[in-house]
Amino acid sequence: MNDEKQNLIRFLIGLADDSVVLSHRLSEWCSNGPFLEEDIALSNIALDYIGRARMFYQYAVELEGDVRTEDDIAYLRNEREYTNLLIHELPINDFAFTMVRQYFLDVYYCQYLQQLCESSDERIAAISAKAIKESRYHLKRSEPWIKQLSEGTEESKQRIQLALDELENFVGELFLMEDWEKTLVESGIAVDRRQLQKNWDAQVQSFLAESEMTFPESALQIRGGRNGIHTEHLGHMLSEMQYIQRSMPGLQW
Amino acid sequence: MVNLQIPTLSPEFAKRRAHRNESEYQAIWNVLDKVFDPELPGLTIWDLGILQDIRLVDEVYTIVVTPTYSGCPAVDTINSDIKTELAKAGFNEVVVKINLAPAWTTEMMSPAGKAHLKSINIAPPDENDKVICPNCGSENIKLISQFGSTACKSLHQCFDCSEAFDYFKHF
Repeated sequence: MNDEKQNLIRFLIGLADDSVVLSHRLSEWCSNGPFLEEDIALSNIALDYIGRARMFYQYAVELEGDVRTEDDIAYLRNEREYTNLLIHELPINDFAFTMVRQYFLDVYYCQYLQQLCESSDERIAAISAKAIKESRYHLKRSEPWIKQLSEGTEESKQRIQLALDELENFVGELFLMEDWEKTLVESGIAVDRRQLQKNWDAQVQSFLAESEMTFPESALQIRGGRNGIHTEHLGHMLSEMQYIQRSMPGLQW
Repeated sequence: MVNLQIPTLSPEFAKRRAHRNESEYQAIWNVLDKVFDPELPGLTIWDLGILQDIRLVDEVYTIVVTPTYSGCPAVDTINSDIKTELAKAGFNEVVVKINLAPAWTTEMMSPAGKAHLKSINIAPPDENDKVICPNCGSENIKLISQFGSTACKSLHQCFDCSEAFDYFKHF
């Protein structure tokens, strides 16, 4: 297998890991939502991300020559083999935290996938064209929530601020590139995420300013996800997510 | 004031219909009119707009379908329903191919499909997301939840007749 193909597989699995990990986090709200409609909404968004993860995993396993399945990748890798960006794996915390993270990622995915739709790889372009429509809809939902909570009671404001503070150090990694990913940018397959940061900052800052909230630009950028270095939280999450497949190997629906 | 609505055909659906009419596999298209979306009673996969193409390669029929939402759990059921219906009609060599491009939009839905949605109390997709109560036709409605019973629908309530209903989101 040549280097470019290997990098492409790595790239696809990274994107799929981002989606599957966030999806699992969102699904933790299922039956625990603040009220029924929110419960349903968060579970549906989780479903969109599962679908997104599957599209990327399926493409990756095809490129590998079908030596393993999408389920093998999701259920039989340990945390150090997972390559998601760290923001996706943070625990759901309270509703404010879940929605702030979702809002940050919705803005990010709308901008990122917009560019990935132009990928020279037709399959990636097609997946992105599908996924971006979903992210735009997610943003229509997360935005008003941030506004409502930021302009709500003292407590809701405080919770939003705590979420902003908590996420401050994890946003930077969205815009950091590994060397192997840069070579994919050169061949027109991937997107230079470094270029997205300015627009992301501008959109988020001006939106938060409307509600007199601020998101400080952090000097500290916690990184490592794409290289398998994670927070303590991912291992706990995977132990729950992979439990059935680990205890009954090969089990199928 | 009389509310005259001129029915127009979306270019996306017109294209699909033209493609179907030109196809040499009319018998297969007709069999597939018996395959319904499992979550939307009575709505065929043709009317929903996800059935895109039929090809014959090396004596195997390839049925091309585009998913509505990427995580739609109905895809597997639709896949097996297609094979079952075709097998009943004597077509046994069948492959279902899930294509992502062109991405499905509600514009691919047929006018009959939209009318059917209304008949089962689901407001059909509108390109400006103008939601009208399928029960009484009122525009005086509120959004209850951006996601309804499935990912493709949102939940609304009518202020006039009090009915709660799903809206099939324009997508």
